[in-house]
Amino acid sequence: MSRARQLGVIFARDCVLLLGGARGRGGAILPLLFFVAVAMLYPFGVGPDARLLARTGAGVIWVAALLAAILPLDRLVEPDVESGFFDQWALRGLSEEAVMLGRVVAHWLSFGVPLLLATPVAAALLAIDGGQLARLELGLLLGTPGLAAIGVTIAALTAGLRAGAALGGLLLIPLAVPLLIFGAGSLQPGGENGLVLLAAASLVAVAVAPFAAGAAIRAARE
Amino acid sequence: MQPCRLAVDDLAVRRGDRVLVRGVGFALGPGAALHLAGPNGIGKSSLLRIVAGLSRAFAGRVEVEGALALCDERLPLDAHRPLDAAMRFWRRIDGAQAADARFGLAALGDVPVRYLSTGQRKRAALACVVASGAPIWLLDEPLNGLDAQWVGVAQSAIEAHRAQGGIAVIASHQPLGLADLAVLSLGDFAP
Repeated sequence: MSRARQLGVIFARDCVLLLGGARGRGGAILPLLFFVAVAMLYPFGVGPDARLLARTGAGVIWVAALLAAILPLDRLVEPDVESGFFDQWALRGLSEEAVMLGRVVAHWLSFGVPLLLATPVAAALLAIDGGQLARLELGLLLGTPGLAAIGVTIAALTAGLRAGAALGGLLLIPLAVPLLIFGAGSLQPGGENGLVLLAAASLVAVAVAPFAAGAAIRAARE
Repeated sequence: MQPCRLAVDDLAVRRGDRVLVRGVGFALGPGAALHLAGPNGIGKSSLLRIVAGLSRAFAGRVEVEGALALCDERLPLDAHRPLDAAMRFWRRIDGAQAADARFGLAALGDVPVRYLSTGQRKRAALACVVASGAPIWLLDEPLNGLDAQWVGVAQSAIEAHRAQGGIAVIASHQPLGLADLAVLSLGDFAP
């Protein structure tokens, strides 16, 4: 069987496990609920002033997206390291980098896309108007692949560590700060250039992630 | 079966700061089987992982010709999935046709992997090795948890694999009833 088809089988499994919320992996629904819950709680915290909500709401949505990215971290890579999947793939000559690239895409599909779909709901709760929502969606579309890539990298780095879950959350925050700054910044009047920088930061994360995550898996074998 | 060869020359195994064994060497051709024996902690599993290319040798060389299959204490199957679905994942990767009937897993097909007993897990792991189609088998304690009946089945599966020109390297503290079995006692290579 060709490498490409083998990787396709692995990618299909990644999608099923990450999207379907298989037991012990949380699935796509938990980060989504968290994301919407933050948007729901924020008006309770600051009061129902529509102008204040509209001005700050989009930034809150970015923070919520970043925090939601932390939730699935501990089940992204760890179970497969523990059960020896990565060793078996290595024996079959499949590179960790290729597997990790597939996992970044699968993670984005199970985390980024539901977030994009839930954003109109969150926007309605925060009194964000149509133009602002469009810009927010565009920003999230550009930024969530970066968040997914950083998430997979950190999940690979912390796989097998005892406090991996808590550590993963702490590690993700500083790495995701550029995405947050450019993403939220692009929502300010005249902040369109932020989208370009956001796309660049996201692209760097996606480009680096398979190699960093692959190297982390190999290093953990020693 | 594709031609296969496995040669290990002057190998040293290190775990942490300690060298466990040094100067280990053997060469195996089609149909050969090697029993890695020795007390717990002597480095049998580490040696298998080095042969598999999963960790680096402290010294020495490993030459492998042909695909490898490794069966160790971990079961590479999704714990929440029914056994049949979990094994189908590897069959699709390896391009194998049907499940191996010898290991009596047909009756367990719809049991989630996490509910399997130790012996059933080991049988599933061995069935995955068979299905991989790899000519070189690296088996780490393949008989652990198996009762007398399944020990016999596992050994006959290894014999059948050798008869087809395959190689088996077996790390085990149990005696093995295989014909023409070379035994390498790792205790003799401790520094």
